[in-house]
Parts: sequence; structure tokens; C-alpha cells
Amino acid sequence: MATSSLIFQVGFNFKTGDGNGFFSEDQINFLNEVGETILPQTDTPGAKAANVGEFMSVVARDCYTPQNQKVFVEGMDKLNSLCKKDYKKPFVACKVTQRTELLSKLDQEGADYFKLMKSLTLTGYYTSQVGATQFLNYNPAPGFYDGCTTKKPWIK
Amino acid sequence: MKNKNTYDAIVIGTGISGGWAAKELCEKGLKTLVLERGRDVKHIVDYEDLKPPWELEHRGLKTQEDIRLSPIQSGVYNYNEVSKKYFVNDLDQPYEQVKPFEWARGYQTGGRSLIWGRQCYRRSEIDFLANAKDGFGVDWPIRYKDIAPWYDYVEPFVGVSGSLEGLPHLPDGKFQPPMPMNCVEKEVAERVKKGFTDGRMIIHGRTANHTKRIGSRGPCQYRGTCESGCSYGGYFSSNSATLPAAMETGNMTLRPFSVVKEIIYDKEKQRATGVRVIDAETFEEHEYFANVIFLNASTLNSTLILLNSVSDAFPNGLGNGSGQIGHNLMDMPYGGGARGSYEGFEDKYTYGVRPTGIFVPRFRNINKATETKDFLRGYTFQGGAVRGRIGNAPGVGIELKDKLTEAGGWEMAITAWGEHLPYYENKVTLHEEKKDKFGMPILKIDCEFRENEKAMLEDMMNSAAEILEMGGVKNVKKYNMNKIPGSCIHETGTARMGLDTKTSVLNKWNQMHEVSNVFITDGSAMASSGCTPGPSITYMALTARAVDYAVKEMKKGNIR
Repeated sequence: MATSSLIFQVGFNFKTGDGNGFFSEDQINFLNEVGETILPQTDTPGAKAANVGEFMSVVARDCYTPQNQKVFVEGMDKLNSLCKKDYKKPFVACKVTQRTELLSKLDQEGADYFKLMKSLTLTGYYTSQVGATQFLNYNPAPGFYDGCTTKKPWIK
Repeated sequence: MKNKNTYDAIVIGTGISGGWAAKELCEKGLKTLVLERGRDVKHIVDYEDLKPPWELEHRGLKTQEDIRLSPIQSGVYNYNEVSKKYFVNDLDQPYEQVKPFEWARGYQTGGRSLIWGRQCYRRSEIDFLANAKDGFGVDWPIRYKDIAPWYDYVEPFVGVSGSLEGLPHLPDGKFQPPMPMNCVEKEVAERVKKGFTDGRMIIHGRTANHTKRIGSRGPCQYRGTCESGCSYGGYFSSNSATLPAAMETGNMTLRPFSVVKEIIYDKEKQRATGVRVIDAETFEEHEYFANVIFLNASTLNSTLILLNSVSDAFPNGLGNGSGQIGHNLMDMPYGGGARGSYEGFEDKYTYGVRPTGIFVPRFRNINKATETKDFLRGYTFQGGAVRGRIGNAPGVGIELKDKLTEAGGWEMAITAWGEHLPYYENKVTLHEEKKDKFGMPILKIDCEFRENEKAMLEDMMNSAAEILEMGGVKNVKKYNMNKIPGSCIHETGTARMGLDTKTSVLNKWNQMHEVSNVFITDGSAMASSGCTPGPSITYMALTARAVDYAVKEMKKGNIR
């Protein structure tokens, strides 16, 4: 994805100029598809429904060190390059089986950029409204402490 | 102008001790001006604790900009996207570290009472005797019996939950029921009690999180978000408790954005007449007058005000004939501990987020049998056992998603808080040249841990591992968090109490030896750091005691 390289080359002064988003809509869509591959919709919503792409954009912009920003941004290009090499298509155009195969490989290899993407996908999902309330048993005010219960409190 | 700006009493600061001074003075009928250097924060109204994570832009994470603006504060354990508004901007409020010193600060109504750790432990007779016994620091001018009734007085209003244990070196108090231990903690506590003969034991943490409702406050809802401010009033803060009580009397005037530049001293009358304040919004100076002044700006800022209050009578700072103001700075060495895993109770989990944990009372140097040659004084542990959901796992896709609802194992850790000896050379002074935006000199902090503290840290790690192993915890690993002074956020000692006017600043009533209508009841009054976390309950008790004395003296005409 050429635009991500461009963003990297012009530096990380994103406070002005490009509105709220660090990444373009295409990039956020790409990250949502990566997220959905990591955490797909099952009987509960997937990461895309939680819009983890937008969350990744905000965290990469505001919370990452310049070093992690570089790893993350370059990683988006690397991921797409690998995809084109293996499947002759960009990631978003690949089938679910192809996406899963590629990301499983990156997960096993422990690619730095994929670790960041996976970690943000999980955090973004758990802290999203759909993730917290449908996948997890979001309970903002438990009201008491039980130090010995037989029920996992995070499951409905 | 003078009449309009004249009150019976002035309180400088609205944190834990200032809030208590305000409440007690107002309830005794004194028209009281309460000065806060930061903005106002109203209980409930100004909190953002009810926002779910998805309504926070960064879901609670801190940003690079936060770290740039507040390099010190952003490293504090409970600094996050919600709580950050209760911490200062370090670039805006600079200080100089002659040696590394982490100074956590909250400039708003309530001060750090909004973000405190909430643990509350009484000091015991051995704490008050410690300086006299080993010769470090000056003897405390009070003993446990002097303060015990005042602990009794403040604890029910604070709302401290804890268990009664009958230990002479950790006196019981007027407690609400304790927050429960979980099954692993109970099991480990049982084994530790049976296994050690030197008195090591695990008890319930004592915390200002309420298990019973007090008026309109609480009880705790076990949300685990105390540092956001608590709309349930589930823990004690100046905002939730003392300031509303003071306000209710109709006697309090709260003035936020009031940076106290100095306390004004009248050489003829031989008393302080008032304070000079810089308005933090307009930068205009104002003077306010009163018969009695309570200085509760927190240890280091109270020191700043005293050292900046120079006059012909006190060229080295108000009431500083002893030369002790700013010296004997203490924090607490902490961060030595151990952790491990617990095998068993695999079908058990915990519900709710408990805002406290377990506690190990002091067991070193409490009597002949427990004396060690390695160091003076003692330390205590806080900790707990936890079991949560696994946050991450190998793989991607449906299999990964399924795994993410599985539980991790039980883990248990304990971390020690210890005593910092009072060394004259550990000090805070005014910078010779650098000033802040109000024209106040910035502080230079020169504080270190020495051999005694280092030896204690070694022992903390070793004994933590012994305790966990005795408790049946497996794979025990020791750790040292390598904390620098200040990071415990228990800074104390720079205007200490004492019997001798040549070596101390305050008498046994927290009254300045040399300025009888100025009382200081924050951490700066401490003659020793003590070895339990949670020094605040002692400041609260001393404050209530000092106000009682001051008002009696005013009635007798001894303070005018």
C-alpha cells in the first residue's frame, strides 16, 4: 500500500492536516480485515464490527513511539507485499482461508509488526462496545467481591 | 479590604490533611478560608468514571503527548486516560532532581486524595519510639496513647475496612468489615500462619474503600477504577467526604486557583497575620488574614511556602530558627517482593475488582526475638492472589477466539514497603535562580536511599519468597522494582515534630515552635516515615487533634 509508505516518509507530525485519522479509509478498512481474520465473527461479532481498524489508527498515531509507528506502518506494506507474492492479490481481495493462512504464518514467525496488529486487535475488541458487551460480560459495577466463585465472571 | 479578606482561620491545601483541617475548623464554628492552588473538582459532577472504555478516545491508554508533557506523572502506577486530569503537567510545574526523585502531584480540589492508594494503617508504639531507640532523627514528642483517640475519631468518618487482629505492632482500629480474601489467599494465609514461628502472617488489607454506607457515601462497587474519581463515593477523598462536611456548616469559603506565595509574619505581634496568594488565572496578588493558619499543602509544597516566607524575623524561612525546614526528607523504600503461581482451585474464579489486597504486618525488629543485624526498623507487604482471563494466545481465527474466554492460572505476589531513615542530608531547597510561572522559586530535591534501605530491600525479596513458598506457591521468583525515592508517594519529614526547638520545627500539637498560630499537619510533620504504607490516616488523626488543640487555645486567648 503505497500511501502508507508516503505517510511514513513525510514524518509523524499528524497533529495537523489530516483530520482525526492517522490512516486513510482504505488503510482502516485493511486493518479491519486483518482484525476480522484474527477475531472473526462467530456467534459473537468479529473485530470488524468493533471497528478495530479505527482504534489501531488512533493508537498508532497518538500512543506509539516513533519506532513502533515505523514498524506498524512498514508492516502494513510488508503484509500486502507477502499477500501479492503468495496470492497475487492485495490482502483485502483474498479469501478468508488465504488470509487466515498468511496471518497464521506471521503469527508463528512472530513478525514484529504482526504482534502489534494482533495486540491492538485484541485490546480494541475487548474495549469496544460489541466486544465488551457481547463477547465479554461487561459489568461496570459488580457491587460485591466474591473470592471463590465457580462461574467465570467474564462469560455471560 | 482587610475586613473583607479576614477570616477566623485559613487552610492552605485541600488534600487529605487540608480537607480534615477544613472540616474540623468549620464544624467548630470558625469562618474558614480554604485555599487550593489548582482548579475546583466537585464530587461526582466533575468525574468521568462512568464512561465505558469505548467512549474514551484511547480506551484508557496514555499518549506520547501525555508522556512529553508529564514525563514524571505519566509513570505513576494509576496514571491513565481518565485519571490524568488529576495529575499535573510536569513541564508547566517544574522541579529539579539533584538526585532522581519522582514527585507525583495533583493540583486540584482534593489534591492527591482523588488518586491515593487508600491503605490505612495505624502507627504503633514501636514506630513512635523508633527514633529515640536507634538515634536516627529526633524523638517523637507523642506516643501511641496520644494519637490513639484521634485514630478512633477519624476512622469511622473515613470509613476504613479491615480486620481486627490484636497485634501490638499494628494496632486495630474502628473498622468496617474487611473486604474478603479469595480462596487462594485464605489457603496461603492458613499455611503461613502454621508454618512460621516468627509471627509472619497474612491479614486483610485495611483500606478507605467502604464496605458499609456512610451517609451518602458508598459502599464500594468493586469496579477497580478508583483513580477516575468515584461517583458512588466508594472511597474516602476530600471531595467526597471532608469538604462537603465543611461546606455544609456554611463556614467554609473555598478559593481554587490560589497559589500561596508566602505566609505573612508580623514581627511586632509575633504571629502570622495571613497569607499572600497569587491568583493562578489572573496572576494578581491578594492578601487574606486570619487568627490561625493550617498549612496542608503537602510535604514538599508546604516546605516551599515556609522557605519562601522570609522576613526580618525569619530570614531563612518562617519558623526556621532550627534550620531543619526542608531537611530530613523521607519517602519509603519499596518494590522488593516475589511472585509465583498457585496450583489448585482450578474450578474457582473471582468476581468483582477488589480495590485492596492482603497485608503482611511487620515481623522484623519488633522485639528481641525478631531482631536482625542487617538493618534497623522494618517493612510490611501488600499483595494478593489473582486469576483472570487469558488476554492473548497463539494463533488466529476461530480457534484463537475460543481460547480467549479461558482462564489463566492463579498467581500470587507480595511487595514490600519499608522505613526510610531520616537523614539530615536528604533535603529540599529553593532553587537559587529558576522560578516557575508564578515567580515562585522551583524546588531542588536531593534525596537518596542508603545502606539501611538497600539492606532492607534485599531482605524484602528473600522473605517474600519464603512467605510465598511456605504458603504453597510454586515457581516463586524474587523481584526488585528498583524504585527511586519519591515513587512511593509517601514523602515526609521536612518540618518535623520534636521536643527540642533547636532540632525540630513543630511541637507535639503540630504547632510551629516559633509561630504559635501556624499549624502544619501534612506529611512534613513526620519525625519518621514508619514502615506501613498508608501514612495518610496518621495525618488525618494529627490534623483533627491539632485543630481541637488550636481552637481550645484560641478560646483561652493563647492564640489570637
